[in-house]
Amino acid sequence: MEQTTKDHAELAQEFNRDEDRVDWHDETLWFIRAKRDKAAHNIPEWETLRETASQIKNNVLSNLHNYLQQFEQNAIANGVEVHWAADAAEHNQIVHRLINEANVVRMVKSKSMLTEECGLNEYLAKNGIEVIDSDLGERIVQLAEEPPSHIVLPCIHKKKEEIGEIFHKHLGIEAGISDPQFLTETARQHLREVFLTRKVALTGVNFAIAETGEFVVCTNEGNADMGAHLAEVHIASMGIEKLLPERKHLGVFLRLLTRSATGQPITTYSSHFKKPREGKKIHIIIVDNGRTVQLGRKDFRNSLKCIRCAACMNTCPVYRRSGGHSYHTAVAGPIGSILAPNLDMEKYADLPFASTLCGSCSNVCPVKIHIHDQLYKWRQVLVKAGYAPAAKKAGMQAMTWTLSSPALYHMAGKAGRWVLKHAPFAVNNKLNPWFKQRDMPTPPEQSFGEWYKQNGKKK
Amino acid sequence: MTVGLFIPCYVDQFYPGAAIATLQLLEKLGIDVVYPQNQTCCGQPMANSGFEHLTKGCNELFIDNFADFDYIVAPSGSCVLHVRDHLHDDKNPEAAKNISHKIYELTTFLTDVLKVKSLDAKFPHKVGMHQSCHGQRGLHISSMTELVAPEFSKPGSLLQMVSDIELVHLGRKDECCGFGGTFCVTEEAVSVKMGKDRVEDHLEHGAEYITGVDMSCLMHMESILKRQGSKVKVIHIAEILNGIG
Repeated sequence: MEQTTKDHAELAQEFNRDEDRVDWHDETLWFIRAKRDKAAHNIPEWETLRETASQIKNNVLSNLHNYLQQFEQNAIANGVEVHWAADAAEHNQIVHRLINEANVVRMVKSKSMLTEECGLNEYLAKNGIEVIDSDLGERIVQLAEEPPSHIVLPCIHKKKEEIGEIFHKHLGIEAGISDPQFLTETARQHLREVFLTRKVALTGVNFAIAETGEFVVCTNEGNADMGAHLAEVHIASMGIEKLLPERKHLGVFLRLLTRSATGQPITTYSSHFKKPREGKKIHIIIVDNGRTVQLGRKDFRNSLKCIRCAACMNTCPVYRRSGGHSYHTAVAGPIGSILAPNLDMEKYADLPFASTLCGSCSNVCPVKIHIHDQLYKWRQVLVKAGYAPAAKKAGMQAMTWTLSSPALYHMAGKAGRWVLKHAPFAVNNKLNPWFKQRDMPTPPEQSFGEWYKQNGKKK
Repeated sequence: MTVGLFIPCYVDQFYPGAAIATLQLLEKLGIDVVYPQNQTCCGQPMANSGFEHLTKGCNELFIDNFADFDYIVAPSGSCVLHVRDHLHDDKNPEAAKNISHKIYELTTFLTDVLKVKSLDAKFPHKVGMHQSCHGQRGLHISSMTELVAPEFSKPGSLLQMVSDIELVHLGRKDECCGFGGTFCVTEEAVSVKMGKDRVEDHLEHGAEYITGVDMSCLMHMESILKRQGSKVKVIHIAEILNGIG
């Protein structure tokens, strides 16, 4: 579903054609950011919690090979089958094989950003397997044939009237219904039938515990549990970075996760899966898909601490005003912008520039990833790798020459002020993106340097 | 104590008033201030665009101009943050490191080094204080709404010393104005929308002036105010503290 060739700026411009909608989107997400603030401020030791979580994850990343082996060993001892996937293609093939082995052509799936990253639904559809997403938001965007626009709130870009329209078209309700309770009940009835009839259920993994071989799946709707408990086969897909060393560390992360995500004290369901029941199967697929490459990038490795809470998206003033789809990748927003270039530098070269580097993302991050510093560093990497537009490159070179020479700088400054004063049409036109919706500064008679020459003390 | 005055390039060219106020304010407080006339720019516009490798000339110039001062003071949080975090010179690494320790954003210099307790200034207007991100989240000149930590504001504490000033409350205390350097042209649509929303917050709460420690944010908001035909003005905090009102 990611076939766009437009970059973030172009997609953001399209999103901004409807200003009322931008306002609505911004305020909806700001409301969640405000709820997050309130929840965080209720925990006096909040900053200590963040620091603790950060250090636990740093430990995990530094000893990943050991924890992965320990986890595998314990999971196998629990009766779980463990599979390793080097990349998205291998992950998808493993899922397909497991579905074939179960002799079915339909599967129910709770929210898993990893499967979005791997393009699992499209792959399985091409192979004749029907997947139904059971998270309400994901089900809505699936029916609308769109990718999620947000990793926690997949259909946050849709208004309730539009959801009514989608349900009218696909689930047969009357036209014109927008009552949230009615719509939710409609989805509930529709999904109940799915839960009761699917033999294979796939879930994501929020945390995997090396010490015990168990994994924890957090949902608010209980949809992961409904799927997994009713199916014969439970497939759990996880990135290699999802590990925690010991069960006791979970407390730190469960306290942080939903407070950061939605402002709730804890997810409604934090379900632990350890052993399969009699006659049932649990498979865990441990996926790399570029993560070890990122782990090898010194400046970017700690982006793998991410627990996918989306606090950085909710607080990002750019995300709120450009919408998740403008990032044209499975994980949008600031965190997506530092993860995506690792997967494909050329395709995602625009994303680290879709930020003012305001730093709010780093401040809300529950595991203290320095997101805005990494955005800055990705910019340097991408330019050096040759992904800067030619015009920008030429402009920067000219700017460098001017600013590296006091004489040239003084001349250019004077010339610039002269143009603004005497030939404003040269800059006040539609070729100048500043002027399109903003006025230029009024040029002063003198620069400060010129004033100082006349009035300041001589050195 | 001799202070080297660092005036960011766009302030030099477009907002000399802010620079003059900074100079006069420091001199009024008894400081020996020198403005090295061969200064140009800290190099941030290139660096933030991914061209940090082109900032060698700017870095060398900066070190030449400022290495010898006891302190370096600039009326900008953003440029000071850039110098602190990114100034480097392979031939002269010590000088670069020294500078990063002795460069200050103006209001922090007043509160932390000079420990200013009172100011002879009057500004009988309703003023909205814009928290510029780099000063706030980068240099920590004031508390941040995201963090669970005690509230404080260095620029705010100085504005409290100004007679007759009325600071207005804002709906969103520390949201970015959307300037972002080259972001303002490469991401024109979002940049403008962020600027409009920020300005609207100040207007809604009755501000007659919008002030802040960074002229770049103020320039951005001014460009929107002017396009809207608004009477509300932007003013650098140095001009208020210097007592021009």
